[in-house]
Amino acid sequence: MPRTEFSPAIFSRPVYPGLISQGAVPAIMLAEGAGAEALIDLALADASVMDRAHVIYIPARGDSATGARLGQLGAKMYHEAPSYAACLERYRKALADAHMGTWLYLAGSEGLIGQAAAEATAAGLPADAILSEHRGPVTRRMQCVHCKGITEEVATDPFTCAHCGRSLFVRDHFSRRLGAFQGVAIDAETPGIVPEPRSIQR
Amino acid sequence: MSAQVLQVAEVEALSPLVTRFRFVHPEGEALPLFSGGAHVVVEMPDGAVLRRNAYSLISDPLDGSGYEIAVRRDEAGRGGSRFMHAEVAVGDLLRVGAPVNLFALDLRARRHVLIAGGIGITPFLAQIRQLIRLQLPFELHYAVRSRAEAAAARLLPDLAQVHLHISEEGSRMDLGEILSGQPLGTHVYVCGPEGLVDGVLDTARCLGWPKGALHSEAFLAPPPGEAFEVTLARSGRKIAVGPHQSLLEALEAAEVEVPWLCRGGACGQCETHVTSCSGHIEHHDHWLSDEARASQSAIMPCVSRFRGADLTIDR
Repeated sequence: MPRTEFSPAIFSRPVYPGLISQGAVPAIMLAEGAGAEALIDLALADASVMDRAHVIYIPARGDSATGARLGQLGAKMYHEAPSYAACLERYRKALADAHMGTWLYLAGSEGLIGQAAAEATAAGLPADAILSEHRGPVTRRMQCVHCKGITEEVATDPFTCAHCGRSLFVRDHFSRRLGAFQGVAIDAETPGIVPEPRSIQR
Repeated sequence: MSAQVLQVAEVEALSPLVTRFRFVHPEGEALPLFSGGAHVVVEMPDGAVLRRNAYSLISDPLDGSGYEIAVRRDEAGRGGSRFMHAEVAVGDLLRVGAPVNLFALDLRARRHVLIAGGIGITPFLAQIRQLIRLQLPFELHYAVRSRAEAAAARLLPDLAQVHLHISEEGSRMDLGEILSGQPLGTHVYVCGPEGLVDGVLDTARCLGWPKGALHSEAFLAPPPGEAFEVTLARSGRKIAVGPHQSLLEALEAAEVEVPWLCRGGACGQCETHVTSCSGHIEHHDHWLSDEARASQSAIMPCVSRFRGADLTIDR
Protein backbone atom coordinates (compact mmCIF):
# COMPACT_ATOMS: atom_id res chain seq x y z
CA MET A 1 0.00 0.00 0.00
CA PRO A 2 1.47 3.38 -1.00
CA ARG A 3 1.63 6.48 1.19
CA THR A 4 -1.73 8.01 2.02
CA GLU A 5 -2.24 11.53 0.65
CA PHE A 6 -4.80 14.09 1.82
CA SER A 7 -6.56 16.96 0.12
CA PRO A 8 -5.55 20.34 1.60
CA ALA A 9 -7.16 21.15 4.98
CA ILE A 10 -6.78 23.65 7.82
CA PHE A 11 -3.27 24.56 8.90
CA SER A 12 -3.35 22.60 12.17
CA ARG A 13 -4.17 19.33 10.44
CA PRO A 14 -1.12 17.09 10.85
CA VAL A 15 0.92 16.14 7.81
CA TYR A 16 3.10 13.05 7.57
CA PRO A 17 6.06 13.87 5.36
CA GLY A 18 7.39 10.31 5.26
CA LEU A 19 10.34 8.44 6.72
CA ILE A 20 13.85 9.61 5.85
CA SER A 21 16.89 7.77 7.19
CA GLN A 22 18.90 9.67 9.80
CA GLY A 23 21.66 7.08 9.50
CA ALA A 24 22.98 4.70 12.13
CA VAL A 25 21.85 6.70 15.17
CA PRO A 26 19.77 5.21 18.00
CA ALA A 27 16.19 4.81 16.82
CA ILE A 28 12.81 3.61 18.01
CA MET A 29 10.55 2.42 15.19
CA LEU A 30 6.90 1.73 15.76
CA ALA A 31 4.77 0.45 12.90
CA GLU A 32 1.30 -0.94 12.51
CA GLY A 33 -0.30 -2.93 9.66
CA ALA A 34 0.60 -1.42 6.29
CA GLY A 35 3.16 0.81 8.04
CA ALA A 36 5.59 -2.12 7.81
CA GLU A 37 6.07 -1.31 4.12
CA ALA A 38 7.33 2.15 5.08
CA LEU A 39 10.01 0.59 7.31
CA ILE A 40 10.95 -1.89 4.59
CA ASP A 41 11.32 0.99 2.09
CA LEU A 42 13.36 2.90 4.65
CA ALA A 43 15.77 -0.01 5.16
CA LEU A 44 16.04 -0.50 1.40
CA ALA A 45 17.07 3.15 1.01
CA ASP A 46 19.65 2.92 3.83
CA ALA A 47 20.31 -0.41 5.55
CA SER A 48 22.40 1.26 8.29
CA VAL A 49 19.27 2.88 9.72
CA MET A 50 18.52 -0.51 11.35
CA ASP A 51 21.92 -0.84 13.07
CA ARG A 52 20.75 0.74 16.32
CA ALA A 53 16.99 0.45 15.85
CA HIS A 54 14.46 -0.99 18.26
CA VAL A 55 11.54 -2.04 16.04
CA ILE A 56 8.07 -2.69 17.43
CA TYR A 57 5.47 -3.99 14.97
CA ILE A 58 1.73 -4.45 15.36
CA PRO A 59 0.63 -6.68 12.43
CA ALA A 60 -2.88 -6.77 11.04
CA ARG A 61 -4.87 -9.65 12.50
CA GLY A 62 -3.93 -12.93 10.85
CA ASP A 63 -0.94 -11.50 8.94
CA SER A 64 2.30 -13.24 9.88
CA ALA A 65 4.10 -12.81 6.54
CA THR A 66 4.75 -9.05 6.83
CA GLY A 67 6.24 -9.38 10.30
CA ALA A 68 8.57 -12.11 9.08
CA ARG A 69 9.92 -9.77 6.38
CA LEU A 70 10.30 -6.92 8.86
CA GLY A 71 12.14 -9.18 11.30
CA GLN A 72 14.81 -9.85 8.70
CA LEU A 73 15.82 -6.22 8.16
CA GLY A 74 18.66 -6.48 10.67
CA ALA A 75 17.20 -4.33 13.43
CA LYS A 76 19.11 -4.40 16.70
CA MET A 77 15.87 -5.42 18.46
CA TYR A 78 12.63 -6.65 16.89
CA HIS A 79 9.37 -7.18 18.74
CA GLU A 80 5.85 -7.99 17.59
CA ALA A 81 2.76 -7.08 19.58
CA PRO A 82 -0.93 -7.80 18.97
CA SER A 83 -2.03 -4.22 19.72
CA TYR A 84 -0.76 -0.76 20.63
CA ALA A 85 -2.02 -1.30 24.18
CA ALA A 86 -0.03 -4.52 24.41
CA CYS A 87 3.26 -2.86 23.40
CA LEU A 88 2.71 0.40 25.28
CA GLU A 89 4.84 -0.55 28.31
CA ARG A 90 7.71 -1.66 26.09
CA TYR A 91 7.42 1.52 24.03
CA ARG A 92 7.37 3.69 27.17
CA LYS A 93 10.45 1.90 28.53
CA ALA A 94 12.26 2.46 25.22
CA LEU A 95 11.44 6.17 25.43
CA ALA A 96 12.45 6.37 29.09
CA ASP A 97 15.84 4.81 28.27
CA ALA A 98 16.42 7.05 25.24
CA HIS A 99 18.83 9.98 25.10
CA MET A 100 19.07 13.06 22.91
CA GLY A 101 20.09 11.89 19.46
CA THR A 102 17.46 9.13 19.38
CA TRP A 103 15.04 9.34 16.46
CA LEU A 104 11.49 8.04 16.39
CA TYR A 105 10.07 6.53 13.19
CA LEU A 106 6.29 6.03 13.15
CA ALA A 107 4.34 4.35 10.35
CA GLY A 108 0.77 3.23 10.08
CA SER A 109 -2.68 4.69 10.69
CA GLU A 110 -3.22 8.27 11.77
CA GLY A 111 -4.52 7.01 15.12
CA LEU A 112 -1.31 5.11 15.85
CA ILE A 113 0.95 7.97 14.73
CA GLY A 114 -1.04 10.48 16.81
CA GLN A 115 -1.00 8.42 20.00
CA ALA A 116 2.62 7.35 19.69
CA ALA A 117 3.80 10.90 18.91
CA ALA A 118 1.86 12.23 21.92
CA GLU A 119 3.47 9.59 24.15
CA ALA A 120 6.95 10.46 22.84
CA THR A 121 6.43 14.20 23.28
CA ALA A 122 5.26 13.59 26.85
CA ALA A 123 8.51 11.66 27.41
CA GLY A 124 10.47 14.74 26.29
CA LEU A 125 11.38 13.74 22.74
CA PRO A 126 11.55 16.91 20.60
CA ALA A 127 8.89 17.11 17.88
CA ASP A 128 11.61 17.48 15.24
CA ALA A 129 13.07 14.10 16.20
CA ILE A 130 9.83 12.37 15.19
CA LEU A 131 9.38 11.15 11.61
CA SER A 132 6.09 9.74 10.42
CA GLU A 133 4.54 8.13 7.39
CA HIS A 134 0.84 7.50 7.02
CA ARG A 135 0.06 4.13 5.50
CA GLY A 136 -3.30 2.52 5.81
CA PRO A 137 -6.88 3.60 6.34
CA VAL A 138 -8.08 7.22 6.42
CA THR A 139 -10.29 6.50 9.44
CA ARG A 140 -9.71 8.86 12.35
CA ARG A 141 -9.17 8.63 16.07
CA MET A 142 -11.68 11.14 17.48
CA GLN A 143 -12.11 12.74 20.87
CA CYS A 144 -15.61 13.84 21.88
CA VAL A 145 -15.04 17.37 23.22
CA HIS A 146 -18.15 16.96 25.44
CA CYS A 147 -17.58 13.67 27.30
CA LYS A 148 -13.81 13.43 26.44
CA GLY A 149 -14.19 9.79 25.35
CA ILE A 150 -12.08 8.58 22.42
CA THR A 151 -13.74 6.76 19.52
CA GLU A 152 -11.31 4.80 17.32
CA GLU A 153 -11.51 4.13 13.58
CA VAL A 154 -14.17 6.70 12.78
CA ALA A 155 -15.13 6.33 9.10
CA THR A 156 -18.11 8.65 8.73
CA ASP A 157 -19.07 12.28 9.35
CA PRO A 158 -21.09 12.77 11.50
CA PHE A 159 -20.56 9.74 13.73
CA THR A 160 -21.91 8.54 17.06
CA CYS A 161 -19.67 8.95 20.10
CA ALA A 162 -18.95 5.46 21.45
CA HIS A 163 -19.15 6.82 25.01
CA CYS A 164 -21.97 9.41 25.35
CA GLY A 165 -23.92 8.67 22.16
CA ARG A 166 -23.91 12.26 20.81
CA SER A 167 -23.80 12.80 17.07
CA LEU A 168 -20.42 14.40 16.41
CA PHE A 169 -19.12 16.49 13.53
CA VAL A 170 -15.61 15.39 12.41
CA ARG A 171 -13.29 18.39 12.55
CA ASP A 172 -9.81 18.77 11.06
CA HIS A 173 -8.74 20.30 14.39
CA PHE A 174 -6.12 17.94 15.84
CA SER A 175 -4.86 17.74 19.43
CA ARG A 176 -1.18 16.86 19.54
CA ARG A 177 -1.45 16.31 23.28
CA LEU A 178 -4.15 13.66 22.85
CA GLY A 179 -3.11 12.42 19.43
CA ALA A 180 -6.73 12.68 18.27
CA PHE A 181 -9.06 14.85 16.20
CA GLN A 182 -11.84 16.79 17.89
CA GLY A 183 -15.51 15.85 17.45
CA VAL A 184 -18.20 18.44 18.25
CA ALA A 185 -21.96 17.90 18.65
CA ILE A 186 -23.46 18.49 15.21
CA ASP A 187 -26.99 19.17 16.46
CA ALA A 188 -26.23 21.44 19.42
CA GLU A 189 -28.36 24.27 18.02
CA THR A 190 -30.93 22.07 16.22
CA PRO A 191 -31.39 19.12 18.61
CA GLY A 192 -32.23 15.93 16.82
CA ILE A 193 -31.56 17.27 13.32
CA VAL A 194 -28.56 15.25 12.19
CA PRO A 195 -27.42 15.07 8.54
CA GLU A 196 -26.97 11.71 6.85
CA PRO A 197 -23.53 10.27 7.72
CA ARG A 198 -21.14 10.39 4.77
CA SER A 199 -17.92 8.52 4.30
CA ILE A 200 -14.94 10.57 5.53
CA GLN A 201 -13.28 12.47 2.71
CA ARG A 202 -9.56 12.45 2.44
CA MET B 1 15.38 52.57 19.08
CA SER B 2 14.34 53.34 22.62
CA ALA B 3 17.49 54.27 24.46
CA GLN B 4 17.94 56.10 27.75
CA VAL B 5 20.84 57.91 29.33
CA LEU B 6 22.39 55.79 32.08
CA GLN B 7 25.24 56.50 34.45
CA VAL B 8 28.31 54.33 34.88
CA ALA B 9 28.29 53.22 38.54
CA GLU B 10 31.12 50.66 38.59
CA VAL B 11 34.13 49.85 36.43
CA GLU B 12 36.06 46.75 37.44
CA ALA B 13 38.82 44.80 35.69
CA LEU B 14 37.87 41.11 35.65
CA SER B 15 41.02 40.06 33.81
CA PRO B 16 43.77 41.90 31.94
CA LEU B 17 41.49 42.10 28.88
CA VAL B 18 37.96 42.07 30.28
CA THR B 19 36.28 44.86 32.23
CA ARG B 20 32.88 44.87 33.88
CA PHE B 21 30.70 48.00 33.67
CA ARG B 22 27.61 48.65 35.76
CA PHE B 23 25.01 51.16 34.51
CA VAL B 24 22.30 52.69 36.71
CA HIS B 25 19.57 55.23 36.15
CA PRO B 26 20.95 58.70 37.08
CA GLU B 27 17.90 59.35 39.34
CA GLY B 28 17.92 55.84 40.75
CA GLU B 29 14.79 54.72 38.88
CA ALA B 30 14.27 51.02 38.16
CA LEU B 31 15.30 49.80 34.71
CA PRO B 32 13.16 47.42 32.62
CA LEU B 33 13.76 43.78 33.55
CA PHE B 34 14.98 41.37 30.88
CA SER B 35 15.52 37.66 30.28
CA GLY B 36 18.78 35.70 30.27
CA GLY B 37 20.64 36.06 26.97
CA ALA B 38 19.43 39.62 26.29
CA HIS B 39 21.79 42.32 25.06
CA VAL B 40 21.82 46.10 25.08
CA VAL B 41 23.33 48.45 22.53
CA VAL B 42 25.66 51.01 24.12
CA GLU B 43 26.18 54.28 22.24
CA MET B 44 29.72 55.66 22.36
CA PRO B 45 30.40 59.19 21.21
CA ASP B 46 34.00 58.58 20.07
CA GLY B 47 35.10 61.91 18.63
CA ALA B 48 33.21 62.51 15.39
CA VAL B 49 32.04 58.90 15.26
CA LEU B 50 29.00 57.57 17.11
CA ARG B 51 29.67 53.91 17.81
CA ARG B 52 26.92 51.51 18.76
CA ASN B 53 28.04 48.15 20.12
CA ALA B 54 25.86 45.33 21.42
CA TYR B 55 26.81 43.67 24.72
CA SER B 56 25.11 40.77 26.51
CA LEU B 57 23.75 41.66 29.93
CA ILE B 58 25.53 39.68 32.64
CA SER B 59 23.55 40.84 35.68
CA ASP B 60 20.47 39.27 37.26
CA PRO B 61 17.55 39.55 34.78
CA LEU B 62 15.14 40.25 37.64
CA ASP B 63 17.27 43.02 39.16
CA GLY B 64 16.17 46.38 37.75
CA SER B 65 18.59 48.38 39.89
CA GLY B 66 21.21 48.28 37.14
CA TYR B 67 22.54 46.67 33.98
CA GLU B 68 25.99 45.06 33.86
CA ILE B 69 28.09 44.15 30.84
CA ALA B 70 31.57 42.68 30.39
CA VAL B 71 33.67 44.11 27.59
CA ARG B 72 36.70 42.35 26.14
CA ARG B 73 39.33 44.73 24.82
CA ASP B 74 39.88 43.95 21.15
CA GLU B 75 43.03 45.64 19.87
CA ALA B 76 42.32 44.61 16.27
CA GLY B 77 38.69 45.71 16.43
CA ARG B 78 37.19 48.93 15.20
CA GLY B 79 37.54 50.83 18.44
CA GLY B 80 34.35 50.30 20.45
CA SER B 81 35.92 48.08 23.07
CA ARG B 82 39.04 50.29 23.21
CA PHE B 83 36.78 53.28 23.82
CA MET B 84 34.97 51.48 26.66
CA HIS B 85 38.28 50.50 28.27
CA ALA B 86 40.13 53.78 27.80
CA GLU B 87 37.49 56.50 27.95
CA VAL B 88 34.64 55.34 30.17
CA ALA B 89 34.87 56.06 33.90
CA VAL B 90 32.55 55.99 36.91
CA GLY B 91 30.07 58.85 36.73
CA ASP B 92 29.99 59.07 32.92
CA LEU B 93 26.66 59.23 31.13
CA LEU B 94 26.05 57.00 28.11
CA ARG B 95 22.96 56.21 26.07
CA VAL B 96 21.99 52.54 26.48
CA GLY B 97 19.21 50.86 24.50
CA ALA B 98 16.43 48.74 25.93
CA PRO B 99 17.28 45.04 26.34
CA VAL B 100 16.59 42.80 23.34
CA ASN B 101 16.88 39.02 23.49
CA LEU B 102 17.95 37.02 20.44
CA PHE B 103 19.44 34.19 22.51
CA ALA B 104 16.71 33.29 24.98
CA LEU B 105 16.38 30.02 26.87
CA ASP B 106 13.77 27.68 25.43
CA LEU B 107 11.72 27.12 28.56
CA ARG B 108 10.05 24.04 27.07
CA ALA B 109 13.38 22.24 27.53
CA ARG B 110 13.70 19.77 30.39
CA ARG B 111 17.40 20.38 30.78
CA HIS B 112 19.72 23.13 29.59
CA VAL B 113 23.36 22.56 28.58
CA LEU B 114 25.26 25.83 28.24
CA ILE B 115 28.63 25.85 26.47
CA ALA B 116 30.78 29.00 26.51
CA GLY B 117 34.15 29.81 25.01
CA GLY B 118 36.06 32.81 26.38
CA ILE B 119 34.05 36.04 26.43
CA GLY B 120 31.09 33.98 25.09
CA ILE B 121 30.30 33.32 28.76
CA THR B 122 28.49 36.67 29.05
CA PRO B 123 24.90 35.72 28.05
CA PHE B 124 25.12 32.63 30.27
CA LEU B 125 25.92 34.69 33.37
CA ALA B 126 22.38 36.08 33.22
CA GLN B 127 20.85 32.80 32.04
CA ILE B 128 22.15 30.75 34.95
CA ARG B 129 20.66 33.23 37.42
CA GLN B 130 17.34 32.71 35.65
CA LEU B 131 17.76 28.91 35.61
CA ILE B 132 18.68 28.79 39.29
CA ARG B 133 15.69 30.95 40.21
CA LEU B 134 13.35 28.73 38.16
CA GLN B 135 15.02 25.62 39.69
CA LEU B 136 15.58 24.13 36.24
CA PRO B 137 18.21 21.46 35.63
CA PHE B 138 21.26 22.81 33.80
CA GLU B 139 24.99 22.37 33.34
CA LEU B 140 27.46 25.03 32.27
CA HIS B 141 30.77 24.40 30.52
CA TYR B 142 33.13 27.37 30.35
CA ALA B 143 36.19 26.84 28.20
CA VAL B 144 39.19 29.17 28.38
CA ARG B 145 42.84 28.95 27.37
CA SER B 146 44.38 29.90 30.70
CA ARG B 147 43.25 30.58 34.25
CA ALA B 148 44.22 34.24 33.86
CA GLU B 149 41.82 34.55 30.91
CA ALA B 150 38.90 33.08 32.85
CA ALA B 151 37.46 36.54 33.44
CA ALA B 152 34.07 35.31 34.54
CA ALA B 153 35.28 32.55 36.85
CA ARG B 154 34.52 34.46 40.02
CA LEU B 155 31.14 35.65 38.74
CA LEU B 156 30.02 32.02 38.50
CA PRO B 157 28.22 30.32 41.38
CA ASP B 158 30.07 27.55 43.21
CA LEU B 159 27.88 24.69 41.98
CA ALA B 160 28.67 21.13 40.96
CA GLN B 161 27.05 21.66 37.56
CA VAL B 162 29.37 24.57 36.68
CA HIS B 163 32.49 23.26 34.92
CA LEU B 164 35.59 25.27 34.11
CA HIS B 165 37.75 23.82 31.30
CA ILE B 166 41.25 25.27 31.06
CA SER B 167 43.04 23.92 27.98
CA GLU B 168 46.47 25.11 29.19
CA GLU B 169 46.03 22.96 32.30
CA GLY B 170 44.98 19.92 30.29
CA SER B 171 41.25 20.00 31.12
CA ARG B 172 40.11 20.64 27.56
CA MET B 173 36.40 20.42 26.90
CA ASP B 174 35.27 17.09 25.39
CA LEU B 175 32.22 17.97 23.29
CA GLY B 176 31.43 14.35 22.44
CA GLU B 177 31.23 13.46 26.10
CA ILE B 178 29.12 16.50 27.00
CA LEU B 179 26.64 15.86 24.19
CA SER B 180 26.35 12.06 24.60
CA GLY B 181 23.77 10.55 26.89
CA GLN B 182 21.84 13.73 27.60
CA PRO B 183 18.24 12.96 28.58
CA LEU B 184 15.34 13.56 26.20
CA GLY B 185 14.21 17.18 26.15
CA THR B 186 17.71 18.64 26.65
CA HIS B 187 18.54 21.84 24.76
CA VAL B 188 22.08 23.02 24.01
CA TYR B 189 23.22 26.64 23.88
CA VAL B 190 26.64 27.67 22.63
CA CYS B 191 28.27 31.07 22.55
CA GLY B 192 31.88 31.82 21.71
CA PRO B 193 34.32 31.88 18.84
CA GLU B 194 33.10 30.50 15.51
CA GLY B 195 35.26 27.37 15.84
CA LEU B 196 33.57 26.41 19.08
CA VAL B 197 30.06 27.15 17.77
CA ASP B 198 30.72 25.04 14.65
CA GLY B 199 32.29 22.29 16.76
CA VAL B 200 29.27 22.02 19.04
CA LEU B 201 26.75 22.13 16.19
CA ASP B 202 28.66 19.57 14.10
CA THR B 203 29.18 17.19 17.03
CA ALA B 204 25.50 17.44 18.00
CA ARG B 205 24.35 16.77 14.43
CA CYS B 206 26.64 13.73 14.19
CA LEU B 207 25.13 12.40 17.41
CA GLY B 208 21.62 12.79 15.97
CA TRP B 209 20.45 15.90 17.82
CA PRO B 210 17.56 17.61 16.03
CA LYS B 211 18.09 21.25 14.99
CA GLY B 212 15.36 22.65 17.22
CA ALA B 213 17.30 21.67 20.36
CA LEU B 214 20.42 23.60 19.32
CA HIS B 215 20.89 27.32 19.93
CA SER B 216 23.93 29.38 19.11
CA GLU B 217 25.17 32.93 19.29
CA ALA B 218 28.44 33.90 17.71
CA PHE B 219 29.39 37.28 19.05
CA LEU B 220 29.90 39.23 15.92
CA ALA B 221 31.44 42.64 15.80
CA PRO B 222 31.49 44.30 12.40
CA PRO B 223 34.89 43.38 10.99
CA PRO B 224 37.08 46.17 9.68
CA GLY B 225 38.11 46.00 6.03
CA GLU B 226 38.92 48.10 3.01
CA ALA B 227 37.03 51.32 2.34
CA PHE B 228 34.27 51.02 -0.27
CA GLU B 229 31.45 53.01 -1.81
CA VAL B 230 27.75 52.26 -2.20
CA THR B 231 25.07 53.89 -4.31
CA LEU B 232 21.63 54.43 -2.81
CA ALA B 233 18.99 53.46 -5.37
CA ARG B 234 16.26 55.74 -3.99
CA SER B 235 18.21 58.99 -4.00
CA GLY B 236 21.11 58.21 -6.28
CA ARG B 237 23.52 59.36 -3.57
CA LYS B 238 26.92 57.77 -3.17
CA ILE B 239 28.10 56.94 0.35
CA ALA B 240 31.69 56.24 1.34
CA VAL B 241 32.31 53.55 3.98
CA GLY B 242 35.57 53.84 5.90
CA PRO B 243 37.86 50.93 6.78
CA HIS B 244 36.78 50.94 10.44
CA GLN B 245 33.18 51.82 9.76
CA SER B 246 30.32 49.44 9.01
CA LEU B 247 27.95 50.10 6.12
CA LEU B 248 25.18 50.59 8.68
CA GLU B 249 27.22 53.23 10.51
CA ALA B 250 27.99 54.99 7.23
CA LEU B 251 24.27 55.03 6.35
CA GLU B 252 23.44 56.42 9.79
CA ALA B 253 26.16 59.08 9.48
CA ALA B 254 24.53 60.08 6.17
CA GLU B 255 21.15 60.22 7.96
CA VAL B 256 19.65 57.35 5.98
CA GLU B 257 17.20 55.53 8.20
CA VAL B 258 17.78 51.77 8.50
CA PRO B 259 16.00 49.59 11.06
CA TRP B 260 18.29 47.56 13.32
CA LEU B 261 18.22 45.51 16.49
CA CYS B 262 21.40 43.50 17.11
CA ARG B 263 24.02 45.18 14.90
CA GLY B 264 25.74 41.79 14.79
CA GLY B 265 24.32 39.99 11.75
CA ALA B 266 21.85 37.85 13.67
CA CYS B 267 18.43 39.51 13.90
CA GLY B 268 17.70 40.30 10.25
CA GLN B 269 16.27 43.77 10.87
CA CYS B 270 18.67 45.67 8.61
CA GLU B 271 18.49 43.26 5.65
CA THR B 272 18.77 45.40 2.54
CA HIS B 273 17.90 44.48 -1.03
CA VAL B 274 20.74 44.82 -3.54
CA THR B 275 19.55 46.29 -6.83
CA SER B 276 22.81 45.90 -8.70
CA CYS B 277 26.20 44.53 -7.84
CA SER B 278 29.36 44.20 -9.86
CA GLY B 279 31.93 42.91 -7.48
CA HIS B 280 31.92 40.74 -4.39
CA ILE B 281 29.87 41.14 -1.19
CA GLU B 282 31.78 39.93 1.86
CA HIS B 283 28.93 38.41 3.83
CA HIS B 284 29.69 38.18 7.56
CA ASP B 285 26.16 37.63 8.90
CA HIS B 286 24.31 34.63 10.31
CA TRP B 287 21.01 35.66 8.77
CA LEU B 288 20.91 35.34 4.97
CA SER B 289 20.31 32.01 3.28
CA ASP B 290 23.07 30.44 1.23
CA GLU B 291 21.07 31.23 -1.93
CA ALA B 292 20.70 34.91 -1.03
CA ARG B 293 24.42 35.08 -0.31
CA ALA B 294 25.43 33.39 -3.54
CA SER B 295 23.10 35.48 -5.71
CA GLN B 296 24.29 38.70 -3.98
CA SER B 297 20.67 39.86 -3.91
CA ALA B 298 20.78 41.11 -0.31
CA ILE B 299 23.27 42.47 2.19
CA MET B 300 23.31 42.90 5.97
CA PRO B 301 24.77 46.42 6.36
CA CYS B 302 25.58 45.88 10.05
CA VAL B 303 28.47 43.46 9.42
CA SER B 304 28.96 42.85 5.68
CA ARG B 305 31.26 44.70 3.34
CA PHE B 306 31.87 45.04 -0.39
CA ARG B 307 34.78 44.84 -2.82
CA GLY B 308 34.35 45.78 -6.46
CA ALA B 309 33.19 48.36 -8.97
CA ASP B 310 29.58 49.07 -7.99
CA LEU B 311 27.09 48.17 -5.27
CA THR B 312 23.63 49.73 -5.42
CA ILE B 313 21.27 49.08 -2.53
CA ASP B 314 17.56 49.73 -2.07
CA ARG B 315 17.79 52.50 0.55
